[in-house]
Amino acid sequence: MSVPAPAPRTTASATRPLRIAVPIAVLLALVPLVLPPYSSILLAYGLVMAIGALGFNLLLGYTGLLSFGHSAYFGVGAYAVALMVKYLRVTSMELFLVGAIVASVLITALFGVVCVRYTRIFFGILTLALSQVLWSLAFKFFWVTGGTDGLRVPTPSLFAGLVTGAGDKIAFMSHAYYYYVLITFCVCVALMWVIVNSPFGMALQAIRDNETRAEFVGVQIWRYRWVAFLVSGVFTGLAGALWVPLNGLTTPDIMHWTFSGEIVFMTVLGGFRSFAGPIIGAIVFNYLKTYAVGYTVYWQLLLGAVLVGLVLSLPTGIVGTASRLVARFQGRS
Amino acid sequence: MEGAKISLLVTKDLVKWFGDTHAVDHVNFTVKESEVLALIGSNGAGKTTLVNLISGLFRPDGGQILFRDADVTKQSVHGRIKAGIARSFQLVNLFDQLTARDNVALTIFSREGKIANLVALAASDTAVWDEAHEILKAFGLEAKARTLAGGVSQGERKLLDVAVAYALRPKLLFLDEPTSGVSTREKAPIMDTVTSVVRSTGISAAIIEHDMDVVFNYSDRIVAMHQGAILADGPPDEIRRNETVITNLIGTTEAR
Repeated sequence: MSVPAPAPRTTASATRPLRIAVPIAVLLALVPLVLPPYSSILLAYGLVMAIGALGFNLLLGYTGLLSFGHSAYFGVGAYAVALMVKYLRVTSMELFLVGAIVASVLITALFGVVCVRYTRIFFGILTLALSQVLWSLAFKFFWVTGGTDGLRVPTPSLFAGLVTGAGDKIAFMSHAYYYYVLITFCVCVALMWVIVNSPFGMALQAIRDNETRAEFVGVQIWRYRWVAFLVSGVFTGLAGALWVPLNGLTTPDIMHWTFSGEIVFMTVLGGFRSFAGPIIGAIVFNYLKTYAVGYTVYWQLLLGAVLVGLVLSLPTGIVGTASRLVARFQGRS
Repeated sequence: MEGAKISLLVTKDLVKWFGDTHAVDHVNFTVKESEVLALIGSNGAGKTTLVNLISGLFRPDGGQILFRDADVTKQSVHGRIKAGIARSFQLVNLFDQLTARDNVALTIFSREGKIANLVALAASDTAVWDEAHEILKAFGLEAKARTLAGGVSQGERKLLDVAVAYALRPKLLFLDEPTSGVSTREKAPIMDTVTSVVRSTGISAAIIEHDMDVVFNYSDRIVAMHQGAILADGPPDEIRRNETVITNLIGTTEAR
């Protein structure tokens, strides 16, 4: 497969990405000030999904492993928060995030040991099967998880209790919580950018390109895949933890394999060959889905048709196509 | 253990079966320090299998592999690389979506034990990039540093494959047909480059090769294999006159 050179990625200096990222972060920070609350809440959902997709793409884009079970880690993050509320009466968002990270580390460490020995379809099926196990636990152990009714999660307190959710929930979600999500998003993007540009990130790409050769330059394949699996799952778990206060409720639906499919889809839609692809894909997918749901009861049909069209017309994803267009434009001028 | 002082690698009665076939049949093979050795034999003679056993890709069914007097028979690939055994592949095996420079740099990061680091930018480690540049230069590939490994010519890919193995700073480098698949015109420059790098650093190289001109021109010693066993072992002049080798190997390989 001939892919255009991703502008010597590993030698990129830290300033160029910052020149792109800082203006975007500033624009995102302005959203609650200029747009109605609904828009910023919707965007907050998009940013949360972007963190999840970013984690997912560490496996797909950088390690060459297609996980069909990332709903499990998203769900682990969400349920970790909900169970902390139910059993420990915790309301601090920081504690929620810590709890979600610990829970997703435990689960992904365990699942990873099983999954990273396999690649391709075997890896996909194994991750799918394991996520369905978690889904059925959430579904059946209703006295713990609330079954299909799910678990309610009240508005959390942010920044060690400095900001509480008392009062207008819409105002809280569209401002304080939006900024909380945005800050976490920026930290996650920066962290992931460093990871994929680290020597470790290069080793993952080596495994993706040529497993045998990677082994013969001294990369211990399973170990590195396992760490990638762990990091990937934790990012997605963190997304789950951020998502649940926004949604106010967690149900087993988010553990179901169809939700894993959505994560795959948004990543491919954005373009899994680029760093920004899953971010753009998640945000766009979130809008598409929301408008499709609002427009018709046959939203899945509509969404499916739109997505088929997009994938056929943009085989390298939104970001891949956009960068090709930019390159062509620059070449002409 | 005769000659243990100068022997870098010794295999003792090494055996590998594939079904009923003795791919490697009680082979006692040695590589000495600072020598360029050619491993010849017709297709199916067991050359690549022997290299696969020594580099750790396959497990032997019997026998022992000693590297610098230490038993590495049960070592992992990783352990053997750390001990100083590196290899290239007959069918070029590179990281095609990384640049030539990244292919080499990754190998250096791996050798230095730095790939476990996930919170530092690879780009900021100038020592590694300088070394990568030096290695690419030694192999005449500096012009291709920023080209994706999947996008350089076949001859350059063969050289890059050797450069990647060399970047591990091995004591023993196995090269599986470094000139296969390239034009006759390109063979000599590739071998000149490879052997000059190898000889200038004093490491040993064991080269699997079919082209008899290459074999006789560039090696210090030749080991000929036939049907999984060693047929002859000696300096080029001796092998050139060896009747068994001529009947079994040289005749057939030159005809191809």
